[in-house]
Order: sequence, then structure tokens, then C-alpha cells
Amino acid sequence: MSTNAHSSEHHHDHEEQHHIVGYSVYIMVWIALMILTAITVWVAKHDFGVFNIVVALSIASVKASIVALFFMHLKYEDKLTWTFAIYPLFLLALLIGLTASDVFYRVLP
Amino acid sequence: MGEIVIEDTHSHAHHIDPKVEYSMSKFGMWLFLGTEILLFGGLFAAYAIYRAKYATMFHEQHKELDVTLGAINTVILIFSSLTMAVGVTAIQKGKRNLLTLMLLITIICGIAFGVNKYFEYGHKFEHHISPSTSIFFALYFMMTGLHMIHVFAGIAILTVLLVLNLKGKFSAKYNTPIEVGGLYWHLVDLIWIYLFPLLYLIS
Amino acid sequence: MANHTIAAPLYVPYLDKKGILSWLLSTDHKRIGIMYLISISTFFLIAGISALLMRLELIAPGKTIVDAHQYNVLFTFHGTVMVFFFIVPGLAASFGNFLIPLMIGAPDVAFPKLNLGSYWLYLLATILLLIALLKPADTGWTFYTPYSIKSGTDVILLTTGIFVMGFSSILTGLNFIVTIHKLRAPGMTWHRLNLFVWASYATAILQLLATPVVGITLLLLIMERVFGIGFFDPSKGGDPILFQNFFWFYSHPAVYIMIIPAFGVISEILPVFARKPIFGYKAMAYSLLAIALISFLVWAHHMFVSGISEVAATIFSFLTFLVAIPTAIKVFNWTATLYKGSIQLHSAMLYALSLVFLFTIGGLTGVFLGALAVDVHLHDTYFVVAHMHYVMIGGTVMGFFGGLHFWFPKMFGKMLNEKVAKVAWAFVFIGFNVTFFPQFILGTLGMPRRYADYPPQFHSLHELSTIGSWILGIGIFIMTVNLLRGLTNGEKAPDNPYNSVSLEWQVPSPPPHENFEKIPVVTDFPYVYGKKNSQED
Repeated sequence: MSTNAHSSEHHHDHEEQHHIVGYSVYIMVWIALMILTAITVWVAKHDFGVFNIVVALSIASVKASIVALFFMHLKYEDKLTWTFAIYPLFLLALLIGLTASDVFYRVLP
Repeated sequence: MGEIVIEDTHSHAHHIDPKVEYSMSKFGMWLFLGTEILLFGGLFAAYAIYRAKYATMFHEQHKELDVTLGAINTVILIFSSLTMAVGVTAIQKGKRNLLTLMLLITIICGIAFGVNKYFEYGHKFEHHISPSTSIFFALYFMMTGLHMIHVFAGIAILTVLLVLNLKGKFSAKYNTPIEVGGLYWHLVDLIWIYLFPLLYLIS
Repeated sequence: MANHTIAAPLYVPYLDKKGILSWLLSTDHKRIGIMYLISISTFFLIAGISALLMRLELIAPGKTIVDAHQYNVLFTFHGTVMVFFFIVPGLAASFGNFLIPLMIGAPDVAFPKLNLGSYWLYLLATILLLIALLKPADTGWTFYTPYSIKSGTDVILLTTGIFVMGFSSILTGLNFIVTIHKLRAPGMTWHRLNLFVWASYATAILQLLATPVVGITLLLLIMERVFGIGFFDPSKGGDPILFQNFFWFYSHPAVYIMIIPAFGVISEILPVFARKPIFGYKAMAYSLLAIALISFLVWAHHMFVSGISEVAATIFSFLTFLVAIPTAIKVFNWTATLYKGSIQLHSAMLYALSLVFLFTIGGLTGVFLGALAVDVHLHDTYFVVAHMHYVMIGGTVMGFFGGLHFWFPKMFGKMLNEKVAKVAWAFVFIGFNVTFFPQFILGTLGMPRRYADYPPQFHSLHELSTIGSWILGIGIFIMTVNLLRGLTNGEKAPDNPYNSVSLEWQVPSPPPHENFEKIPVVTDFPYVYGKKNSQED
């Protein structure tokens, strides 16, 4: 009989505790982020019409993803953490999308 | 029975396995970050709705914002994320002094960010631009203001971690608060990664 | 062996240390659960009295005891206290805190100190809110713009109080999710969990993820009042309906925070007093998750006549019908649990059966309201008031009372007087229906809600409703007195008075501080009745 609470993700914990992300990974991610930031500013000086926001958000999302994956170690986390990291984004999309279905489809008298 | 003053029976007789503690703390912080996404999410939703409605106003008024200062702040925060991540790896390898240095740099970056925002806001107020000026500026102040509050909270957390590290509380075996505190700091960076283009770079 | 007792000489019940500080500083989930229980019950009674006063005003046309403005203050008080002080924290914070670690075989929740912090935040919130409400406040508990921008009410204090309350709720949700994922005893797989734990899990997800949105909405409201930012002000290009969209994004999931734990309680009570396993365990577990998921998709059904687009209204109406499906599955399965069971009409069972019946009425009337054409006529009438009270009282409060009677022996080590409990139930059940059923009719006849006065054709139904409120009040009074007498004079409770196999009944009544002398290894399902359990089965 066990004497302590046993996580079902026990074997993952072993991996997490021993998986140390190297400094070089961080440096490379940082360089990528600097480049992407420069691109963001450069892109803003050009007009892509209706795609402006798409381009801006896409670049921001790539930056956010590499911060999350590498700086925040999400790449090495289990499915449970991934689920709870992603699900709020889905709810946010719902909030914006369904509110927009109201605000932008009103027929004014 | 009378007064039984056996401390043991009043504390938890079971100690949770440290691996479970570590797993719970990290998971708990990710859950908390999820709530922060939704907190800011409401502002992003308001932004999305009002930018679509008032595209011209957003474009015109964003020109009042100082893109250079915004870009500098972006660079500062991204760098602070780097130093924070390096700090986490450092203590996982048992390098306390390197962690101290990294925490210090991260905190200084946070303060620098705050100083920049102080000048930015000051400049706005001098030009009579405030949250009540327009919906765009209301969003600008609310989003960057709420973000700034989180930067301050982050600085506070990192300062506590710095002090604890100087007291020798962390090691290769035990560094959960550093990793968890680091996650919070990265969130602050993540949000700014979106705020910068959405507010400062509306083309 | 279902009835082993830890008779160790070192058994110290969690209730042993006396003194208010030993409670306010305790990180023991059982004490925190009881503190929440006492707080929410107190506020429930206070808000209930405000309801009795409202009903008294409405007993006849014209002013009875208050004028229109004072009536607005009364229903704001009633709604705000009931929603934020009682029913949202509700069963999750009280029963959830007490039972989850016991049911999963853990010594406590994942973050006990954070748990205590949640309770302190709750207390802080109640203080802020009470001051604001008594100033007074007259915006209704939903504080819609534009009135909340202009009202003399101290909206800033009110919204700050709710913000703090929300923070308490988020942290509790976080704690429960981590606890249920990480601290289950060996052998406690997801499919061996009590349905109350599944319900607490689904509720916790809603608390965690829906509440931040109302948090930011309240901040925006404060900014609007202080700075005139214009988000909700048409004269500045803003949209007052945006407030409603954001507000209900939380407040609709909030109503599921209110009811889902009660569903969990019923799923615990019915098998015990039917001596039968719950019918369709997996469907019951997954329907809880389905309800939690779909609850995020239906919010604008509170806004059908606010001026939202037809496109949105149609989408939301369709989604609203969807949420009825998993809920109906639950009602069907509870009923099937009773079929060919050996029914014992314990007071807890009476409340549980009441929920199944009354919530069905409440839920179905919700479907009526989800139909656009019908809602145009019924929105903001007494039909909505009746609907919401059928689900909140007929649902949550029945679950609350049922849980109180069911787990009373475990929580306090004393038995309740069953006869008096049943008498109280009878008053509650009859009183509730006499109060609220006429309101369905009032609503279809056109009586608007939140009105202090009305034309004479509505008089007799209002009078009937008010008399019902007195019967309900008497029932709750008898029940309260019975519970208090149980605490002081009740018979000593055995560890497992109902011969349940659920883990919380395998520890002494009341449980010791650390719950389990040794963390159990779980090998079976918590609903094995009618098989190898006890001689009576």
C-alpha cells in the first residue's frame, strides 16, 4: 500500500525534472525573436490592405509560439498542460467570433 | 480527552512526493496563465470589435504613439525573457550565482520597461491625451496599463525569488518556484508581443 | 470490507481545536469547507429575508411596505447576495472543499494555503459588497449599462467586491482541477471517481475560465465610470450591448457553476437510497463535461430582445437547445437509477427526488425561453423569474439541502432528527411550488419582472405567490432549527450510517485531520450497491 499520493504522470515527471533546455537553444530563439520583431516593424511600413491585421497577428503568433514552446518549455510538457494552455485560446476565439456575429450583423433601421 | 498538543496529528501526516509537488505547481501556474489570457482576452475582444468598426480612427490616432519607444520596450521584454529562461536552466544545473545575475537583469529590464512607459504616458498627458479622449486611447491605456500592472507584479515576484536565492533556498534538486515564477514572467512578454503590433503598428 | 473504522488512539477529529483563530487560520480543507458552509448559509438566509420582504410588497397593488426605489434596492440586494455570496461559491466551495480530497483518497487539496486564501478573499468581497449594497445599490445584480454608469449607486465599490469574489472563485477552481488531476489515490482511475468529483471538476473548469471575462468587464465598467472611456456609451461611439455580451459570457457559465455541483450531489444520494448503482455512469460523467463545454456557447440567449443581430440570435437559440441534451440524459439516468431500486425516503432522498422533478420543470421552461419567438413575449416577465427559481431553488437549493442532510453525520459526527427534517421538507416543497408556479402564469399574462407595482388583474396570483413564500419560509426555518439542534443535541453518528462504499464514508464521522491514516488503494467503483455490500442489501 502506498503512503503518498501517486501521480499517474509519474514517468513524465522524471523526464521533466531531468530535461534541461540548453543555453544555446535559448540564444537561437532570442535571435529569431529579434529578427521577427524587425520584420514586424518593417511590415508595418507597407500596406497589405485587409491583410494588414493577418500579417501582424501571424508574425506575433510565431513569436508567441516560440516563447511558449522554448522559453516556457511547453514543447516538453505533457498533453494535460497542452490542453489547458490551448483551450483558453479557443474560448477567446469564441468570445470574439460570436460577439462579432452580433455586432457586425445588426441591421440598422 | 482534554488538550492533546501533539503537533504531528495536527499537521498532514502524509508528505506529498516532491515530483508530484513539482508537477502540481507547474500545472497550477499554467492554469493561472490561462485565466490571464482570458482576462486580457476581454480587452483583445473589445479591440477587435472597435478596430473593425473604426478602422480609420485607429489608424489616425495610433500615429500619436511612439513606435521607437514601443520597439525598444519590445526588445527589452524579449531580452528579459531570455535572461529568465537562462536563469531557470542555470539553477537546474545548480548554478546559483548565474541565477542571481539573470534574475537581477530580468528585474532591471522590467524596471526599464516601466520607466519607458512612465515617459510615454507623461508625454500623452502633456498633450491632453487620456483614456477619455477616444475609444482607441481608452484601449491603449487600458491594455498597456493592465499589462504594466502585471509587469510590476512580475518584478515583485522575481524580487522575492532573488532574495530567496541569495539565502540559498534553491538548488539543482529544488527550483520549482523559479520555474513557476519564470512562467509568469514569460506571460508578461507574450502579451506585449501582441500589444506592440496591435497598438503601435496599425498600417 | 466496507465498514472498517480507524479506532486508533491517535484519532483526532478535525473539529477538535476550538477558537475562532484556529478556524480562520486553518488550511484543513474540511474546516475551510465548513467555514464556507456557514458563510453561504448565513447569506442565503439574509437574502431570503429580503425576498420575503419583496413578496410582501407584492402581495397587493400599490405600496405595501416600500416605494419603487426602495423595491429596486431590495431586489438588487436579493439578487447580488444570492448570486455572489451564496449560489456561485455555493456547493462547490462548501461540499467541494469538504468532500473532494476524501472522495479521491487524498490528505488535502493541492494548494491548502491558497485554499484558505480563497476563503479570505471571499470574506473580503462580502464586506466590500455589503457596504456597497447598503449605500444603497439599485442597479439590479446585472448592472447593465447605461444605468450603471449614471446610477447614484457606488458601482465602483460594488464591482470591486465582485472582482475580489471572482478571484476567490478562480483560485478555488484552479485548486480543484490540480487536486483532481494529481492527487487521486492509487487505483482511483477517472472511471472510479464519484460523480460528485466529476461534477466538481466540470464546475472548476467554468470557474477558472469564465470568471476572468467578467473580471475584465467589471474593470471596463469602472473605467467607464471614472474616465468616461466610452466603450459602452453610444454618444462616444461605444456599444452598451457590448457590456451585455461580455457580462453574459461569464454569467451564463456561472449558472452552470451554480447547478452542476447539485447534479453531483444528487448522483451521490440517489444510488445510496435506491440501493442501486447509478444508471449509466459514463454518460453521467461525460454529460457533465458536455454541459460545461456547451455552456460557453449560449450566453446571448439572455439578450434576445436587447437589440442583437438576427444572425446572432438564431445561432444562440440553436446552441441553447443543444445544452438541453446532456442535461436530459442526466434526468433520464437518475430516473432509471430509481427503477427497480429499493427506495428509502430519507430526508436527503426527498430533496434529491425534488430536484429531479423540479429541475426538469425549470430546465424545460428554459427551452421555451430559448425559442426566439416565444422569448420575445416572455423576456423580462415573471416567466423568466419562475424559470430561474425553478432551476436555482428547485435545482441548486434542493441539492444543497439534500447534501446538508446527507453528509451532516460525516461533517459533524451527529445525526439529524429525521422526522422533523421530513416535515421541513414538506413545507419547503409545497411552499416553493405555491410561490413560483403561479409566476409562470403571471409571466405569460404579461407581468413584468423588477416592478414594485402592478395592475389589479395580477392581484390574486401575486397574493398566492406571497402566501407560498411564507410556507417556504416556515419550511426553511424549521429546517434551520433542526440542523442547529442536530449540531448541539444530535445522536452520535456512526462512521457509515448508510452503508455506502464511497471513500468519504470509510473514515470516521467526523474525519480526522489527515483524512486517511494510510492512503487507500482503490479497487472498485463507488456505487456497488445490491451486491456484496451489507446484510441489508
